Amino acid sequence: MNSSLVLADTAQTISTPSIAYHALLPIFIVLGAALVGVLVEAAVPRPQRFNTQVFVTLAGLIAALVTVGVLHGTHVATPSPVGTDSPFAGSLAIDGTGLFLQGTILALAIMAALLIAERSVDVGSAIVASAASVVGSQIDREHSRSQRVQTEVFPLMLFAVSGMLVFPVSNNLLLMFVALEVLSLPLYLMAGLARRRRLLSQEAALKYFLLGAFASAFFLYGLALLYGYANSVDLSAIFTATKTSTKSDALLYLGLALLLVGLLFKASIAPFHAWTPDVYQGAPTPVSAFMASCTKVASFGAILRVLYVAFAGTNWNWRPIIWAVAIASMVVGAIFGLTQTDIKRILAYSSIAHAGFILVGLVVISQEASASVMFYVLTYGFTTMAAFGLLTLVRDADGEATHLSQWSGIARKSPMVAGLMTLLLLSMAGIPLTAGFTGKFFVFKAAWHSAGPLVVMALLFSAVAAFYYLRIVVMMYFAEPPENAPTVAIPGWTSSVALTVGAAVTVLLGVFPQPIIDLATKAAGSLIG
Amino acid sequence: MSAAQNVTLPILLAIPLVGSLAVFALKEAQAKLAKQLTLLISLIVLVYTAVVGFSFDTSSGAKRFQFMGSWTWIKAFGVHLAFGVDGIAMVLVGLSVVLVPTVILASWNSFDSKSGAEEETSPSGAPRSTKNFMGLILLLEFFMIGVFIAMDVFLFYVFFEAMLVPMYFIIGSFGGPRRQYAAMKFFLYSLVGGLVMLASVIGLYVSTGSRTFAITDLIGTVPDNATQKWLFIGFFIAFAIKAPLVPVHTWLPDAGAEAPAGGAALLVGVLDKVGTFGFLRYCLPLFPAASRWAAPLVLILSVIGVLYAAFLAIGQRDMKRLVAYTSVAHFGFIGLGIFAFTSQGNSGAVLYMVNHGLSTGAVFIVVGLLIARGKSRNVADYGGAAKVTPLLAGLFLFAGLSALALPGLSTFVSEFLVLVGTFTRYKALAIFAATGIVLAAIYVLYLYQRVFQGTVSEKVTKFRDLNAREVLAVAPLLALIVFLGIYPKPVLNIINPAVTATLHDVNQHDPAPELGPVAGGIK
Repeated sequence: MNSSLVLADTAQTISTPSIAYHALLPIFIVLGAALVGVLVEAAVPRPQRFNTQVFVTLAGLIAALVTVGVLHGTHVATPSPVGTDSPFAGSLAIDGTGLFLQGTILALAIMAALLIAERSVDVGSAIVASAASVVGSQIDREHSRSQRVQTEVFPLMLFAVSGMLVFPVSNNLLLMFVALEVLSLPLYLMAGLARRRRLLSQEAALKYFLLGAFASAFFLYGLALLYGYANSVDLSAIFTATKTSTKSDALLYLGLALLLVGLLFKASIAPFHAWTPDVYQGAPTPVSAFMASCTKVASFGAILRVLYVAFAGTNWNWRPIIWAVAIASMVVGAIFGLTQTDIKRILAYSSIAHAGFILVGLVVISQEASASVMFYVLTYGFTTMAAFGLLTLVRDADGEATHLSQWSGIARKSPMVAGLMTLLLLSMAGIPLTAGFTGKFFVFKAAWHSAGPLVVMALLFSAVAAFYYLRIVVMMYFAEPPENAPTVAIPGWTSSVALTVGAAVTVLLGVFPQPIIDLATKAAGSLIG
Repeated sequence: MSAAQNVTLPILLAIPLVGSLAVFALKEAQAKLAKQLTLLISLIVLVYTAVVGFSFDTSSGAKRFQFMGSWTWIKAFGVHLAFGVDGIAMVLVGLSVVLVPTVILASWNSFDSKSGAEEETSPSGAPRSTKNFMGLILLLEFFMIGVFIAMDVFLFYVFFEAMLVPMYFIIGSFGGPRRQYAAMKFFLYSLVGGLVMLASVIGLYVSTGSRTFAITDLIGTVPDNATQKWLFIGFFIAFAIKAPLVPVHTWLPDAGAEAPAGGAALLVGVLDKVGTFGFLRYCLPLFPAASRWAAPLVLILSVIGVLYAAFLAIGQRDMKRLVAYTSVAHFGFIGLGIFAFTSQGNSGAVLYMVNHGLSTGAVFIVVGLLIARGKSRNVADYGGAAKVTPLLAGLFLFAGLSALALPGLSTFVSEFLVLVGTFTRYKALAIFAATGIVLAAIYVLYLYQRVFQGTVSEKVTKFRDLNAREVLAVAPLLALIVFLGIYPKPVLNIINPAVTATLHDVNQHDPAPELGPVAGGIK
């Protein structure tokens, strides 16, 4: 085959695909809001800018969420049929699974935006006054005491959300890569925007960027190999190729492995987790909350889609890989978390351990299993969001007091904060009547039959991880407050709303999970051909 | 499962829950109101349970599980809010609701007055919240009742795990100097057991393929093969930790010693019974073959527990640790009775659970009252207290004698039944276990001698004898111990049908009597 033939061949198949614009509306709304945000930066005077940005961001996210709700039930494009006449030429799958994940991401993003919009606990907000000023310089010190805020954080966040919305509905690896970059680049910047401890924050941003760039390169490399194998970057074409292709399987497995490196990195799964504690610790806490919940939902959505749509036919081959990384994640998250003394880092290790638990649901291909994964990421997202939100409230002169010892005896000062934190930690530990338990139960039940030993391991590591959650509870309730105990700030309405929603969802999904389980199960049907 | 919707038991469950929320909603300054309200609610629960208990049908044609009510909870998992009691659950609910008011009375001043507290100064330095303690006790009562009346394995698991939370706070917030360590150890031990059990709960659901967690539908459906053994092991580990059986008992002496006396009474009196109750309700009926397979090991561990814990108890210097060890020894007897698979053994084990709850509850409360006076758990700090506080000494001796199973007291009946039931099948084990009775006499009387006899130590001279409230807290327990010692029939009538049904599930029949109809008149 010479190259001119290939070109001619390609030229023939290119025709304008039909595009169901209404199905893209949530993504367009978020992108549009992001662009408006950029204009606001240019046009609105500084005193009004913060509130305008908050308004634009929330309006955009809420409108997108409502649109997702309206679209719910309409299966605009499903992953399996591919042809020039299928919507988006099969490169996007706005199906039940996609909409469920988009809805989750948007709901969590609204909460994250509310946390970022909090101004009453710190001067200005948790976001730096001007990111470009040199740390410790005269101008930096002046700005840090002013009400000035780098409000670009809002459009950046919206751009990231738009990438996250595309990520789990991409039915095409190249599009998935673009979405990955769109969601990642703003996150790198946002990680560096902390108002306090700016050097730590900038270090986190650089670390995240360098490692993230590596991971993206791996993803791209894997994509190239898979193209070589399947002659297409469409997930469904790769699926067909796994059945029919006569090419070397080495291309397929190497391609999948490299692709997974990129995806596992984003979902902070061991052994690609090393950035997580540093970045969660260094980033402004509301941004950590955003990264820990929304990014995780989007990444697991993408992993689900890649495994279910492209590789379902070869499942006996990749299953050991998922077993291995699941165990690695649980071990790293549970064991290394034990030695941490900073609550933000503990939450980071907890997020690694939880990623391991979620992966247990990915070793099985079934409607129940994919529903359980979607349900788990949802419960985890809300709980984690609220937990990071609470961290912003306990403060001393240097900003947030996140060292474990500073939280000792906090229950005496603020029973409310201690009580909420306990609820969230118990949920993460998987105690019944909380969302965390329902999620774990759902995932483990789905996986028990084909991966019993893995479930038992996951349960044992849940017990290990429970130790560090309980250690925080012990500190809060049973220990003496330190000499210079931190104060507990009274949150403004935005944080209060986010915290209330997070805690309410944690309880409701523990006690009455049925509606959301039904929704997830119905949505997951779209992945099973 | 039939769509029975009997609300008798849900109402019983709702009373302490609503009460607990009401007490938590009170202000810190309303401690007195909180105490009165808690006592009132616990008495309402007691009366309500008594009414339910008297209407429990013990006639020969009666259903095994009564007051059944079932509502769909999580449809996707096949989970029901299913409640019901058999005779075993009924008497254990009775035990729980009897102990709660006595604990409340005994802890009346423990956290708001210096004379009532068990320590010279509160270990945390800060005043403790009586209101929170009372709220936690009622919340615990809610979970305790729930765990016994749940008829759905999932629901049972929920209560089983959630129950840890109030107890964790009772130990951690109101306990002694090493309470952080003890609370953590208690929680982690139970949680590990619980999570292993969760694996089995899920496995049970998946392997039976019945798409339900209802016990009545699951009994007899677990395939009789290796799966059954694995599932059994999961449940067994959880219950063995809870019970606690040697060698996974090490959390109990710490938790029992550091918990406030009232909390310890409930911990040892009721919470630990959940383990032995679990053997009877879940391990035996659901996994009969595996239960028979594991019985020799469990029996040997039980006998080791009886002897080993008794020796440790004799050597303890800390009074509460001592009592905690005696409980480990007693749980050995209960394990023996259950896994001997004879009707006397099983009936004796269930009766033992009730009696031990009453007896150890009384011992812990009396020890707590003594410690509140001496501000020390160390036996050596006391001496000759009988001369100063004769009433306290008398009640202490009474409770102690019930712990060593003096004939005429209820504990004797159950210990005798257990030993007879074991003897008909395993003579050697029964003989070994019987020596535990002698050891019990040593640790009880030796403790009494060191604390209440001999020269009056200087510290003891300032002791105040029990007041009416304190006597009122302990007296009902002791009265019940005497009553059931003389006339155990009402309780045995409730227990026996359930025991027969359980033995039928596990496919075991009493061995033919070799020595004549021993204790044949018990039924």
